[in-house]
Amino acid sequence: MPAITPLLVAQLVLVVVVFHALLLSAAAMVWVERRLAAALQQRLGPIRVGWQGLLQPFADVIKLMFKEELRPKAADALLFALAPVISATCAFAAFAVVPFGARTTFFGLLSEPMLLQVADVNVAALVIFAIASMSVYGIVLAGWSSNSKYSLIGGLRSSAQMISYELSYGMALVSVLLVGNSLSLTEIVNGQAGAWFGVIPRWFIFLQPLGFLIFLTAGVAETNRAPFDFPEAEQELVAGYHTEYSSMSFAMFFLAEYVNMVTVSAVAADLFLGGWHGPFLPESLGWIWFLLKVSALLFFYVWMRWTLPRYRYDQLMKFGWKVMLPASVLNLIATAAGVLYFGG
Amino acid sequence: MTLFYVFAAVAVVASLLVIAQRNPIYSVLLLIASFGALSGLYVLLDAPFVAVTQIVVYAGAIMVLFLFVVMLLNAPHEETDYDETVHPLRRPGPMRFGAALAVALVVELLWALTKSGGETGAFPGAAVSSVRTIGRSLFTNYAFAFEVTSVLILVAMVGAVVLARREGGPSAPPSA
Repeated sequence: MPAITPLLVAQLVLVVVVFHALLLSAAAMVWVERRLAAALQQRLGPIRVGWQGLLQPFADVIKLMFKEELRPKAADALLFALAPVISATCAFAAFAVVPFGARTTFFGLLSEPMLLQVADVNVAALVIFAIASMSVYGIVLAGWSSNSKYSLIGGLRSSAQMISYELSYGMALVSVLLVGNSLSLTEIVNGQAGAWFGVIPRWFIFLQPLGFLIFLTAGVAETNRAPFDFPEAEQELVAGYHTEYSSMSFAMFFLAEYVNMVTVSAVAADLFLGGWHGPFLPESLGWIWFLLKVSALLFFYVWMRWTLPRYRYDQLMKFGWKVMLPASVLNLIATAAGVLYFGG
Repeated sequence: MTLFYVFAAVAVVASLLVIAQRNPIYSVLLLIASFGALSGLYVLLDAPFVAVTQIVVYAGAIMVLFLFVVMLLNAPHEETDYDETVHPLRRPGPMRFGAALAVALVVELLWALTKSGGETGAFPGAAVSSVRTIGRSLFTNYAFAFEVTSVLILVAMVGAVVLARREGGPSAPPSA
């Protein structure tokens, strides 16, 4: 039993804060998405509840809580209940290893500086990958246990898509790991401090432009967002794997989708955009830069969803295996050669 | 030490339940649980890389494909083509062969455990489990075994593609 030190307390507080920040960020994203979608379609969107409709997500949650929890008669009760829990758990667990700020003492509150990261694992990059690969189960099991054709096909499509894009996602990740020469996200971020020629920040996006594109595209496919939202292509599959879900179990899938988006953006910001490093602000306020970068990526996500139409399913698979995978392998080989030649 | 017993118990119980289940989907899920517990044991042994690889490769990739196949076959219950009232040793050939192999495995395990008395002493830990060390020894000391294994996997892959190809046509269109 470790002694209760200020550092331990601070870390426990951090866990609680990060958890609630993620919950709130999902709510905020729902609002941002609906308002931006409305703006892109020349509508107003939700503006009635609260200032500029800011309380709309909370009204939605209350509505969802009061809905009846339905379960098809022939559904597998245990797995039907378990699937949304798996989805939501994986979404939150992945963020645990994402660092979002430099070591700080909170203005001298602590005697030794603490890392702004819930769990400092030295193989953090792989942990994120592992948890992302586990989140497939939530969707597959939801599709299967509902005992509905729409759900099953949605679940199958989603898992096929996630498996296909996970390969390119992983390859893009490995390329950055080669450049950063570490598996720890904190060290990768710290490798991006400073600037070349005093102007261009030393972000890995400039060393890995192709890797960044592949990572973002695969990230969109991983989170099942448009234009890759086949699991829930409503014209063909009603709502895909969560067709049979209602009330809070539906809310959990919804939450998982938005939290996953935030996590993918946060990881991309850490890997390619220099994390909390940026000009003008002192190191201790670096998390502001981090928030800005994540917000920019999230905006990009929403923007893309309401701009691009959905692909056809076979186009998606063809694109994944015949374009993304070869491109990511070539990128990896070129990166490895570059790192060897320039001495990394 | 408590954690060791927790993970070990989960691994053993889940593995036993894998073969005790009638529903193949539950078998697959229990196997994943057992892999998760094994991964926890690796973490306790100070080998985080092996632990994460266990999850990525087995729980994340291989078992998803298992689940896929089970779901596509949509076999809610295991179908047995033998009379369940007959004693296992009197059932047709493959069953008897399996039973004999199981006995051999148990004997072998018992022999191995009693003979060496088990490894004792501290585990080298972080010194040998860093990714750098693993990578170096894979591509130097164990390069031959590593390359042979990859050829083996390649052969299996080519075999799978050959088996999956439809007769006559160049290739089947991709389907969900």
